[in-house]
Amino acid sequence: MNKEMTVRDMVAELKSGMTIGIGGWGARRKPMAVVREILRSDVTDLTVVSYGGPDIGLLAAAGKLKKLVFGFVSLDSIPLDNHFRAARQAGSFETLEIDEGMLQWGLRAAAMRLPFLPTRAGIGTDVEGLNGELRMVKSPYDDGELLIAMPALTLDAAFVHVNAADRAGNGIITAPDPFFDELFCRAADKAFVTTDRLVATEDLGGMPGMRHHLVERSCVTGVALVPFGAHPTSSGPDYGFDFKHLRDYNGATFDDWRAQFVDIADHDAYLAAVGGAEKLATLPLPVF
Amino acid sequence: MTYTLAELCITAAAEAWRDNGEVLASGIGLIPRLAASLAKETFAPELMMTDGEAYLVEEPVPVGKRGDYKPKVEGWMTYARVFDVVYRGHRHAMTGPVQVDRFGQQNISVVGDYARPKAALLGVRGIPGNTINHINSMFVPNHSTRVFVPGEVDMVSGVGYNPARMADGRSDRFLDLRLIVTDLAVLDFGGRDHAIRVRHLHPGITFDQVQAATGFPLEGKDTAAVTPAPTTEQLRLIREVLDPHNVRATVFKENPPGDRREAA
Repeated sequence: MNKEMTVRDMVAELKSGMTIGIGGWGARRKPMAVVREILRSDVTDLTVVSYGGPDIGLLAAAGKLKKLVFGFVSLDSIPLDNHFRAARQAGSFETLEIDEGMLQWGLRAAAMRLPFLPTRAGIGTDVEGLNGELRMVKSPYDDGELLIAMPALTLDAAFVHVNAADRAGNGIITAPDPFFDELFCRAADKAFVTTDRLVATEDLGGMPGMRHHLVERSCVTGVALVPFGAHPTSSGPDYGFDFKHLRDYNGATFDDWRAQFVDIADHDAYLAAVGGAEKLATLPLPVF
Repeated sequence: MTYTLAELCITAAAEAWRDNGEVLASGIGLIPRLAASLAKETFAPELMMTDGEAYLVEEPVPVGKRGDYKPKVEGWMTYARVFDVVYRGHRHAMTGPVQVDRFGQQNISVVGDYARPKAALLGVRGIPGNTINHINSMFVPNHSTRVFVPGEVDMVSGVGYNPARMADGRSDRFLDLRLIVTDLAVLDFGGRDHAIRVRHLHPGITFDQVQAATGFPLEGKDTAAVTPAPTTEQLRLIREVLDPHNVRATVFKENPPGDRREAA
């Protein structure tokens, strides 16, 4: 079985108007090579579900968002993403702003093929009503508690980035936190994995390393080898986030940024533009 | 011994975690983090803390460059597990709101109109789930009517003691707001119907000053005590162990003394 493909092949499977999920968290383990490829494509009008980082800043600034489903957008050490803020303040996309646990619950419902899952998170806040699409559910048991019925966040496609993978679709996340990438894959019709290393199955880690397994391969449609594919976000323990690059990104105009780092030939050109693989390999792991 | 306002806020905020039991102490931002660390190092060793990423540690990790220091790992605490801790209620988080109202409702999402905000901030993050599920406190470094607003906050991100938002079978039985530590005072929710009350005034600060910087009436005018000064041992721990690079000196402009009368 061989699910190897290119990032361009992956993005070619997207159509305008789709709902997509992006794994990672803030400035950590974001499939950024995919995001840049989406920017280069004609695809638009996307509903994007994300624990947001620079993926959302770039998609928002490029006008690719119809709607954002999110709990936050942050660059971690840099708390706020200026490109996201500008687009949000201009009212340029719709929002479903929810508690980060509700987002997990929406993915979980989709993964279980349920219409919703009940939650207390969001009760009593503006999250309940502002978005206009969340409905309530009353416990059918004696307690009768009123809860939010978090709707399934079913994804047409999900994109996640892992440390290593084989060609059959088995991904390995050796970073300290796998975040919710497994649920993104389970919630999606098609899940696409970019990987820093493409290895033979027997080199994935065996036992007990397989505790780092992303998800069973039936949930994975394609795998692309993209060394440093998370840059400028981190892919611990292999490389940290590129603080200087993120700071420059946050201070740049989007058009300048796009010309310099997005509208270029390919990923090799990108790696050259950001200082080369040797430099990226030395990016220190973050200390929190 | 003299001490800075940052050090006073750390020792005052540490009190939030006294007698909480075995909970995950999440201090978000420098002062809350150092406060939780101080509590764990002194009167509350039962607290659980993380390295700020995904591991539970036996002792608080120091702030800033660690040199040869290796975190003493005692467990794993991914975001997925943090959510489970939240749902189970075994947590006390201290976070930094952008706005707070008289109910203790807080806002970290947007300032201004929701559809076209004047300022888009972080987003609600985990504040809705935190506040409805476990103990919460707040740290406000700039006590002013811009933060402590009249009426309700622009976007209610965190639950407060507001019965109007808890109708029709909604349950706030796990809502438990404790302290709001500011650069002027320590507030709690010990007033009538959980009204916000001044518990402690920082040395040299008057109740009227705090009230003037707050957009709603405060209780506690006759009962507010002076914030206890840090002890010698607390200052030693903060300065030598928890924050050896003195990052805390950057929290307040010009790093003022904790006793404002010394600045006069």
